[in-house]
Amino acid sequence: MEKMIVAKTGNEAMAEAMRQINPDVVAAYPITPATEVVQIFSSFVADGRVDTEFVPAESEHSALSACVGAAAAGGRVMTSTASQGLALMHEVLFIAAGLRLPIVICEVNRSLSGPINIHCDHSDTMASRDSGWIQIYSEDSQEAYDNTIQAMKIAEKVFLPAIVSVDAFIISHSMERLEILPDEEVQAFIGEHRKPYDLLDVDNPITLGGLDLQDYFFEHKRQEIEAMKEAKAAVIEVGKEFGEKFGTSYGFFEEYRMEDADLAIIALGSTAGTTKVVVNALREKGMKVGLFKIRVFRPLASEEIKKSLEHMKAIAILDRADGMSSFGGPVFHEIRSCLYESEKRPIVTNYIYGLGGRDIFPEEIESVYKDLEKVAEKGEVKNLINYLGVRE
Amino acid sequence: MKEIFEIRWHGRGGQGAKTAALLFGDAALSTGKYIQAFPEYGPERMGAPVQSFDRMSDKPITIHCGITNPDIVIVLDSTLMKTIDVTDGLPDDGYLLINTHKSPAEIRKEFNIKGKKIATCDAYKISEETIGKRIPNTPMLGALIKVTSILDFNQMLKDTEEKLKKKFLGRPEIVKGNLESIKKAYEEVKQE
Repeated sequence: MEKMIVAKTGNEAMAEAMRQINPDVVAAYPITPATEVVQIFSSFVADGRVDTEFVPAESEHSALSACVGAAAAGGRVMTSTASQGLALMHEVLFIAAGLRLPIVICEVNRSLSGPINIHCDHSDTMASRDSGWIQIYSEDSQEAYDNTIQAMKIAEKVFLPAIVSVDAFIISHSMERLEILPDEEVQAFIGEHRKPYDLLDVDNPITLGGLDLQDYFFEHKRQEIEAMKEAKAAVIEVGKEFGEKFGTSYGFFEEYRMEDADLAIIALGSTAGTTKVVVNALREKGMKVGLFKIRVFRPLASEEIKKSLEHMKAIAILDRADGMSSFGGPVFHEIRSCLYESEKRPIVTNYIYGLGGRDIFPEEIESVYKDLEKVAEKGEVKNLINYLGVRE
Repeated sequence: MKEIFEIRWHGRGGQGAKTAALLFGDAALSTGKYIQAFPEYGPERMGAPVQSFDRMSDKPITIHCGITNPDIVIVLDSTLMKTIDVTDGLPDDGYLLINTHKSPAEIRKEFNIKGKKIATCDAYKISEETIGKRIPNTPMLGALIKVTSILDFNQMLKDTEEKLKKKFLGRPEIVKGNLESIKKAYEEVKQE
């Protein structure tokens, strides 16, 4: 198979994947730094390169509402947003998941106001993590492209919506080498559109969005939870098939030089790439360090995470969002909780970093590994929650 | 060449610092390299100081932070040097390539620069002669390749032509002028 090698930004990569998926409907409202995704896709529509009905909405709330309507009517549906846009969609996120509509959002991770800021952190998607959407984080443009294609298939397998995200500017506006699959291969991979139901099927009329009170709401939510459990198998199945067909396999996470590691950093998104450079440098000096990159945060692969990490001496979790609980970030809470079930229960510390686009450099990541080394030696933690790269 | 070659472009909003970084990245990709090209995003205003960056390597590039110690700094507008230390983070054996009619020796004296390899190129004059406008970014690509030899010149020229043809569809005179400017800068850049 002939892959095309091009130079594209993360936004261009996601727009390209959307073109190849060729959804029935895209309803969107542009927002920095995801504007390009919508803008590029709208030019595909104008140039007749897709068959998509494009709905320019007057807000993100309306955009996702239109997506819900279109998906309920049996369409394959996508959109794109970031930050405040995802926040404005928040109400509708739960509706899309509750109605079991396999919509895909190409999301750019940007901080939430206030104060106002347009740069990268993960507070937007982390604030949406309990909405019933599958969440896939991308390290670079290539993963953004590959993940978008896989997300469509995973979503339609289990009838849950999915968010694929990239780091604002660091990836969304950075041009990188990208391998693009032939259009027909992408179409063959995602396959025929699978829909949960079809409002326009007049022979089999259904009610959607009806009042669902004490006697059945819980059962419906219980089914939704079960679908998220099933999504685990779908993530693995689709990631494996992607690898068999196109050469790069995907799973819940990427374990980088973890085989004999004692000390591990856990990161999501572009910081994982920078951490790899640090891991290689410290390995040359004989330190047994590794990186555990989380790709899929919803569903949370708790058993697998426990198995992969329980033999570590010490782990540092990098969170690009804070839970404002005074007890660290969301990734820290969840990963640490997975490890509670382990008898070995390694030391787990938390580093909040990079809020509002504050850059993170290899030297800072190296300092975290050095902290871990000390923590593992002494067997005690001085600071459980740390703030990396902030003036105090 | 070290494992990752890094470039920092300084310009003023509207001068094409971002476009130059993207054009270079694209040209490097076409010769089989791995690349990153990205601008520094802030409040963008016409004429305000802006920066953009390139990384280039024979291996996949996973690092995703800003560039603080570039191998070469390219200055598209020399008046920036009065207010900004463009040599910040540039190692002693690094290159400093400036758009100016002055010679490297004059620049060294004027700004009291120690170390570094200074090169100058009058990209305003060249772009006025070839494109008919003061657009310094494309000629500086030619000067960059001459000074550093990091890419095959003809390959870069060919790729840039294809790229510009797409960007300026139906306006071949603009494409021709830009290519002329690159060639001219390649020939005329002055090095110490």
